Amino acid sequence: MIDAVVQPFVEFDFMRRALVGCLAISLAGPPFGVFLMLRRMSLMSDVMGHAILPGVAIAYLLAGLSLVAMSLGAFTAGLAVALAAGLVARNTALYEDASLAGFYLMSLALGVLLVSAQGDEHELLHVLFGTVLGINDAALILIAAIATVSLAGLAVIYRPLVLECFDSQFLRSVSPLSATTHLAFLALLVLNLVAAFQVLGTLMAVGIMLVPGISARFWAKGVSGMIAVAVAFALTSSIAGLLVSYYAKVPPGPAIILVCGVFYVSSVLAGLRGGLLWGHVPRKHLEA
Amino acid sequence: MKTTAPAISFHNLTLGYDRHPAVHHISGEVARGELLGIVGPNGAGKSTLLKGIVGELKPLSGSLDLDGLTKRDIAYLPQVIDIDRSFPISVFDCVALGLWRKIGAWRGLDARGRDAVDHALDTVELVDLAGRPVGTLSGGQFQRVLFARLLLQDAAVILLDEPFRAVDAKTVAYLVALIERWHREGRTILAALHDIEQVRAHFPRTLLLAREIVAWGETRKVLTPGNLAKSRQLSQAFDSHAPVCERDEEEEARETA
Repeated sequence: MIDAVVQPFVEFDFMRRALVGCLAISLAGPPFGVFLMLRRMSLMSDVMGHAILPGVAIAYLLAGLSLVAMSLGAFTAGLAVALAAGLVARNTALYEDASLAGFYLMSLALGVLLVSAQGDEHELLHVLFGTVLGINDAALILIAAIATVSLAGLAVIYRPLVLECFDSQFLRSVSPLSATTHLAFLALLVLNLVAAFQVLGTLMAVGIMLVPGISARFWAKGVSGMIAVAVAFALTSSIAGLLVSYYAKVPPGPAIILVCGVFYVSSVLAGLRGGLLWGHVPRKHLEA
Repeated sequence: MKTTAPAISFHNLTLGYDRHPAVHHISGEVARGELLGIVGPNGAGKSTLLKGIVGELKPLSGSLDLDGLTKRDIAYLPQVIDIDRSFPISVFDCVALGLWRKIGAWRGLDARGRDAVDHALDTVELVDLAGRPVGTLSGGQFQRVLFARLLLQDAAVILLDEPFRAVDAKTVAYLVALIERWHREGRTILAALHDIEQVRAHFPRTLLLAREIVAWGETRKVLTPGNLAKSRQLSQAFDSHAPVCERDEEEEARETA
């Protein structure tokens, strides 16, 4: 059994690289998923995943299949959409979801336009579905660097971010950090998407950050506990997903996210904090 | 500790939304250490005035002087609280955020800080609930949590917007005692209230507002039947076809003449 788990990683270099890449994004992404879930912005990261498309496409048209160029393009496009949406939400009557929808659809349309106007479709499939089994050294270093920066960044903005989610009015009244915190969070989020899309593709990138984050709500009482649970789910899903992909000969990206999905469904059903099944266990109420 | 120097002064201040004034051309001073009740019918501009003082609203015209006090010296309890009470945070942590001025975004809570939080929770009789998530509290209990947080903010100026709403009589008595304690400590307190009897009982001075100042001074001289009737008359409905107010220019013209 243990042999079956370890053997593919011992034997194959590409599996080891895939594992390292997936573990790095599993450490960095899920904390963002937890905050997105708590801010009721879960779908926002999905939106951001689409918003980075024109940046990737433009970089691809200009520089070919260059990792650095595509990451830079993705980051620029994602950040532009996130900042524009954030600024509009803060300064007009629109809520963040609406302002984001406006900008991301523009971005997505531009991306689709660029992709269809030119480009080798086969290569662009990598952009959409990731290249988890073909990660090279440069990509690994980039992913590791992003994971490090985003975890450190999250630690720096952690307290203001919690307060921004819980009671932003109070944060504004005691500190000038409110807008900075929000924008830094968006920037780190986009950075994480850039790391994750190398591995899982733009379509699946958000899955590894979001699905474990949402599942964690059912297991922990506080934010830090949720983050720990989410990271544990993501790490386990990465390993299990890669093994499923290896043995069943299916693409690894969707396999990883589907394992995350197993954690999600189990959490919704059996999670200790509000799982559905517990509601049907007859238990007497407590003394008042 | 009390001095007569004004903590807050308004100079022909107009505040509002979308060019419609909610507080119209008011001038006056709040002395340091004053306990001031702000009273008026719905739409009189009570909340708007407090928002103007904390800087959430920029004046449409006129100005407001805080005598060197900055945002950090003002603690504000808004009326419409935009708090996500389903957020997974404990009562203790929520109250501890009142120490923001001392701990900021990065410093840890030392033993003294923890004692201060325990003490604040003790003052509002919520020690037993310290570990509970805020989402499990009742409305009145949560209001006490917010007061405990205000307590830790240790601010020179405290602004309270309808602090007693949805709170039972015992809790009101409790919160009033806290406000009176702040008053004895020499803090400047402005509270917008709709319950005139509460103001009569506990607030030495009152500002009766109906977009403009109806009366401002000693509570018993302000809250007369005549003034109250006048305030109800003055506060008409929001007029979506209101003409442009020319008063600024008129006053300037008179001054230069």
